[in-house]
Amino acid sequence: MMRAFLALLARDLRLAVRLGGGGGMAVFFFLIVISLLPLGIGPDRALLAKVAPGMLWVALLLAALLTLDRLFQADYEDGSLDLLTMGALPLELIVVAKALGHWLTTGLPLVVAAPLLGVLLNLPGEAYPPMMAAMLIGTPALSFLGAIGAALTVGIRRGGLLASLLVLPFYIPVLIFGVGAADATAGGFSGEAGRQSLALLGAVALASLVLGPLGGAAALRANLR
Amino acid sequence: MAAMNSLTALQRFHAYANPARFMALSARLVAPLWILSVLVIGAGLWFALFDSPPDYQQGETVRIMYVHVPSAWLAMFGYGVMAFASAVGLVFRHPLSDVCAKSAAPIGAGFTFLALLTGSLWGQPMWGTWWEWDARMTSVLILFFLYLGYIALWATIEEPVRAARAAAVLALVGAINIPIIRYSVVWWNTLHQPASVFRMDGPSIAPAMLLPLGLMGVGFTLLFITLLLVRMRAEVMRRRVRNLRLATAGAAAEG
Repeated sequence: MMRAFLALLARDLRLAVRLGGGGGMAVFFFLIVISLLPLGIGPDRALLAKVAPGMLWVALLLAALLTLDRLFQADYEDGSLDLLTMGALPLELIVVAKALGHWLTTGLPLVVAAPLLGVLLNLPGEAYPPMMAAMLIGTPALSFLGAIGAALTVGIRRGGLLASLLVLPFYIPVLIFGVGAADATAGGFSGEAGRQSLALLGAVALASLVLGPLGGAAALRANLR
Repeated sequence: MAAMNSLTALQRFHAYANPARFMALSARLVAPLWILSVLVIGAGLWFALFDSPPDYQQGETVRIMYVHVPSAWLAMFGYGVMAFASAVGLVFRHPLSDVCAKSAAPIGAGFTFLALLTGSLWGQPMWGTWWEWDARMTSVLILFFLYLGYIALWATIEEPVRAARAAAVLALVGAINIPIIRYSVVWWNTLHQPASVFRMDGPSIAPAMLLPLGLMGVGFTLLFITLLLVRMRAEVMRRRVRNLRLATAGAAAEG
């Protein structure tokens, strides 16, 4: 079973690298949204530093959402999802492999790009370590919760937009605790509120690691029959 | 009907799952329920608008609360009905439960909107602003989004059985997530604004205000049940029409 799991994960990673368009495009989108922000609210450096953590998180959520429909849709269309469901792997583990692949190819590049974009927004230096930690903890939750939305809308025409609408409310706790960890008023690692935010973000991420595969598999069962 | 009495609770539960029996029973219930809801809400409105004292702090604006509080209660109750019906539908494959969940969603969304609207109308004279990013208001707004997503999912998937399953999964995931979202919003709120806004849990409610509030609460709940039955009946009929059309189309294609 472990071999089947790793094979599926390796296949997804290989597909993402060779086809392109997944993580790279999400990072590009992330960059563009962040560059639009100073154009929208003005180049005031103090103001930008103040809104930077929140804006980085919001743009990261949107960038992660954009790639959700690739999670199951392509496999559904070419029939490989049906084949997968007949294999040795339980549907829940298929969702885990898919979501993990999504995180490695989308979530991780976004986290790597975030500090560079933080420079663009004049994010204060001491905010980088807690923000990076929060993003590393929080982005898996985005992939696993997103898997539920992607599974619910698999096989629906123009399902990508619907998946975003369904998933965004579930992203709210990640956003709140993620920004809380990086926010200057919370004090990052040294502040009590910042540490609490990080711990709560970890709790949300762990909960979504359970909820995502269960919900995603149930949704796939509903849609594949 | 005498045999009904000897049935166990579970068998009776399944007996009413029969859509034909549900249609017969609900046809008799709808009219009395309408009359009862109108009477109770009418009495509640009379007490709320004319025969209750103005609040010593809020003045006459307190009367908005008699609509606002029951709406907010039904906004949550509606999601509860939806999630419960979805769970029953997923576990027991009860044919009426997904009809119930689907029918409850727009009613719940309507009451949620009413709660937001009346809250905003009340906030303008009391807080001096139409909208405050207060923990309660924010979480009710998110509840409204969850309702809209659920309705959108039903609207997008054409085939009812598949739509019912997918929507049930969404409703249950939402039900698990609501406490988490609610907690995170409260946390966010306390982090950003210290307790400066007016708190609801100040003085306890005077008896003269409890009567209209209770009447409105009961009346709104009756209205919810009435609307739910009406919508469920419409949905059962809609599915019959759909099946008839499919059968006719199938026969035409063969012949």
